[in-house]
This record gives sequence, structure tokens and C-alpha cells, in this order.
Amino acid sequence: MKAFLSDTWFILLRHLRTTVRIPIWIAITLIQPVIWLTIYGQLFRRVVEIPGFGSASYIQFLTPGVVIMTALFGSAWSGMGIIEDLTDGVMDRMLATPVHRAALMSARVLHAAITVAVQSVIILLFGMLLGARIAGGLPGFLAILSLGSLLGAGMSALSNGLALITRREETLIAVINFFGLPLTFLSTAFMASDLMPGWIRALARANPVNWAVVASRDAMLGQDWLGVAKAAAMLLGFMLVSVWISTQAFRAYRRAS
Amino acid sequence: MDAAIACEGLEKTYKNGVKALEGVSFKVRPGEIFGLLGPNGAGKSTTVRILATLTRPDGGTASVAGCDVIGNPAGVRLRIGLVAQASGVDKWATGRENLTLQAHLMRVPAGEIPSRVKTLLQWVDLTGPADRIVKTYSGGMKRRLDLAMGLVNEPTVLFLDEPTTGLDPETRAALWRDLKRLRQERNLTVLLTTHYLEEADHLCDRLAIVDHGKVVVEGTPAELKARISGDTVTLEVGGESARAAALLKPLPGVLETIADGSRAIVRADRGASAMPLLITTLERAGITVSSSTLSRPTLDDVYLHHTGRRFQGEGEAGSEPAA
Repeated sequence: MKAFLSDTWFILLRHLRTTVRIPIWIAITLIQPVIWLTIYGQLFRRVVEIPGFGSASYIQFLTPGVVIMTALFGSAWSGMGIIEDLTDGVMDRMLATPVHRAALMSARVLHAAITVAVQSVIILLFGMLLGARIAGGLPGFLAILSLGSLLGAGMSALSNGLALITRREETLIAVINFFGLPLTFLSTAFMASDLMPGWIRALARANPVNWAVVASRDAMLGQDWLGVAKAAAMLLGFMLVSVWISTQAFRAYRRAS
Repeated sequence: MDAAIACEGLEKTYKNGVKALEGVSFKVRPGEIFGLLGPNGAGKSTTVRILATLTRPDGGTASVAGCDVIGNPAGVRLRIGLVAQASGVDKWATGRENLTLQAHLMRVPAGEIPSRVKTLLQWVDLTGPADRIVKTYSGGMKRRLDLAMGLVNEPTVLFLDEPTTGLDPETRAALWRDLKRLRQERNLTVLLTTHYLEEADHLCDRLAIVDHGKVVVEGTPAELKARISGDTVTLEVGGESARAAALLKPLPGVLETIADGSRAIVRADRGASAMPLLITTLERAGITVSSSTLSRPTLDDVYLHHTGRRFQGEGEAGSEPAA
């Protein structure tokens, strides 16, 4: 256990270091929320006037949606790092050391969670600047970060698993493009649930992205804390299942190599 | 400990049906540089991957530094260093950070890490660029860092998988110097794979030629060269090469004669002592020998003898002159 924790820590440091050393990543992280919030905020501003939308300010409605969408897309690319490590021989070099095998996976998942939390803070602050109010206060703020991080951790684990099975960047890109937008639009990130067609509403209920969006919005408004806790528990479950899948994929990778 | 590395009957078939190893056996003594020589795809890298616990053999046994690779992979990992063909350094980290992480993963006591990293950086002459990210390193610098990474735990056995492939000749020569220095300073066992005959000849105490997943022959470079019978004597005889070849063939000690344009090429036991007889025989028959050369067998001849193929033209070593 001590080896697992210390290995996870040192490998996590490696991933965090890499992230801050790729300037384009920092630039995109800062610019993307600005684009989403300003453009979408302007474009769909009058959506709230549709009878039955149920929210008075679209930016208020949109901000938690953008937080979760960024969490989804940011962490879905996690597997690219694994493929890079496979290609560069970093994975082999590490596997030839006594490193705790699970630490190689857990460090990446933690890294995704931390990255999502940092991005979420930036988006929330920018949303507040544009007029979103966090009625839920600090607990609401922290709850949104946690929900985003849990979703991000789960998604990164799935992405890592896929990367280890396919070992091809092209496949990973195709899968992320195929699932990313549907997962986003089959949620209430942009549209109130009451205005969705029935079948989309049904699908959204089974979508972890939607769990996170709905709960984040409640946390923002400071309402239905029980629902927020329930969503957090479901996202935790989703994350654990994803991590389990990724460790199985890692085991399969090591057997097959 | 009797052998630093011992493997017996290693077999490996990959999922796609490629038979990489069909019973590889060899022993490496402590403190020697042992070479696995063979063309690409012969099974060298697979052998190293099995010995470094990165892949499991389908059959056979192997032990490294006294630990069984299947029964005690953790023991093997603590005692080895691996410098793989694909470098394996993190290009977004500095040299020092790479070494520090490797030291942690190799279970070097935390208190010793900074000083050990510093010493290694000095040893591979990377003290200056130690705090630059590896992405800015040249190929040679990266390779020296690889070597340092493999040494961070003071291993008993070091694996070098094609350490000089893709390096320019100058960098290659520098790496050879480093390896020789390494051997002088530490009593380290090195298993080196290469498809450069010259490299194997130059660096290895003993070597094994691997072909189609099997060891075809094993010994010191000198032994291997001595074991293939005969030296090559080339005689310049003008237009008489065919007659010369026919004349020389029945002589004692002559193994083979070839008429090659204006030259008669003779493979003979102990060529140096056979030469006077060859020349007098020809002179007596009225054939003038205008020049003669004697060459010792090279590893290329050894390779040819055991595999039935020339080594040149195999793999990516096209520009590499046969040793």
C-alpha cells in the first residue's frame, strides 16, 4: 500500500509537470470556457424566453453545463498520453521497474480529476463575471468541482482502457468524436429537460454526463442537496466501474505484449 | 552465483501467430559483456523483453541475477537496468527529473537519490543540461540519459537493446567508450543486442548469433572466427584464374577454391602457412602470381557459415561495412 501511494504520487507529479509544460494546453484551457460561455451565452440568450424553460438567465443555466462538458472532453483525451508513452517506450521502461502496477493507472485518473477541478474553477469564475450567480455558495462551488472531477476521473479511466486495448491514436480520436457530442447533447447541458423530447429525456437519465450536469445546476442554485449527493454517489460508482475496466485492460495489455 | 543470466529453451509465439523464439538457450557469466547478434526479427528483442520481465515466455525457463523471471519477476526488476531500443525517457521532463523518478520507482532510498542522480549526471556528462527538458536534447544526449536511467539502481545486470541503432557514427563511438568505461569501473553484467557485426566484435566478450528464433552459435568473437575453418587467400593471377583454381584445389589444407575474374580465391586452413605452397605450386605450373592477400575470417564469414546468408543487406544496417 505504501508503494502504491508513493508511486502514485511521484507519477502524478510527472503528469502534472507535463501538463503545465505544454503551453498550448494552458492557452486552450483558458480560452475555451471564454468561447463557450460568451458565444453560446449570446447565441442562445433568448432560449430562456421559451415558455417552460424554467430558468431566468441562460448564463446561469449554461455555466454548470459548460463545466461538465469541459470535464468530459478534457478527460476523454487522457488515453492519448498512454499511447504516447507506449510509442516512446516510457511504458516499457516503467514496467521493467518494480513500480506498483495500479499506480500507473491511478496517477492518470487523479491527474484527470485535478485538471478538471482547475478548469472548473476558471469556468465558474468566468461565468460569475458574466453574471451567473452561485446561490449554493462555497458548498455549491465545491460540489460542482467534485461532480466534474468524478465524471472526469471516470471518463479518463475509460479512455485509458480504450487506449490500452486499441493502442492507436486514430481509434481513440474516432471514438471520442463519436461519443463526445451525443453524450453532451443527451444531457441538459444546453437545454432544459422539460423541453426535451421524451426519448431523449429517457436516454439522458442513463447518461453520467447528465447526472453531473443536473446535480451541478442544483448545487449552483443551492437546491435539492439530497439529489446532489445521490448524483455524486452514482458518479463515484461510475468512476469505480471505469477504473475497474481500465485495470482489466491494463492487465490484458501486459499479458498480450 | 554461477550465471548472471541463464535461459533454457525459451519459446514465444505472439498472438498474431508470429513465432519469435523457438528454443533460445544461452548463459552469461557475471561481469561479461554478452552480445546477441542477429538481423531484425531474429528474436533478440523478444529475448530481452522476456529477461526484463516485460513479456512471459510460452515455454522454457530463464533466470536473471539469480531470480526466476516467471517465479520472481519483482526480484528481477530490482536487480536489472533496461535501456530499450525506444528510449523510454519522458521528453517533457528534465534529465534530472527523469532520473529522480526512475530512482524512486527503482526503490532507491529517498535520502540517497539527489546525490546518486548528481553523480550519474556527471558520469554521462549531462550536468550542464540536467535541468533542461529532454525534448531539447540531441540524440546522443538522450542516449546517454537512457544509459544513466538504466544504472540508477546500481543493477547487477544491464540490458542494452540495440543501443546504437539510429545514432551517427561519432555518437556511436562515444557510446562504445562509455560502455567500455562502465565495464572497467563496475563489475556489471551486460547483455547487448545489436545488428551491427562491428559493434559485437568490438564490445562483446562473448556473443551468440540468433537466427529465426534460435541461437545458432555461441562463443567469443575470436573463437567463433577461429571455429569457421580457414582463412581467405586471394591470389592475383591474371587470365589464368580458372586453371589456378583447379590446380590448387587438391592441395592439402585447401577447403575451397573460386575463380573470380583475374583472381583465384582460396579458403584454406591456416592460410598464412599455406600461402608459400600455393604460390610455388602456381609458379611451377607457369602461372605468375602478381599479388596475394590473406584475410582473417570476419564475423560476417561466421554469420554466413552458420546461417547460409550474408549479413549485409539485412535490417537497416545497409550502410554498415561488414567487420
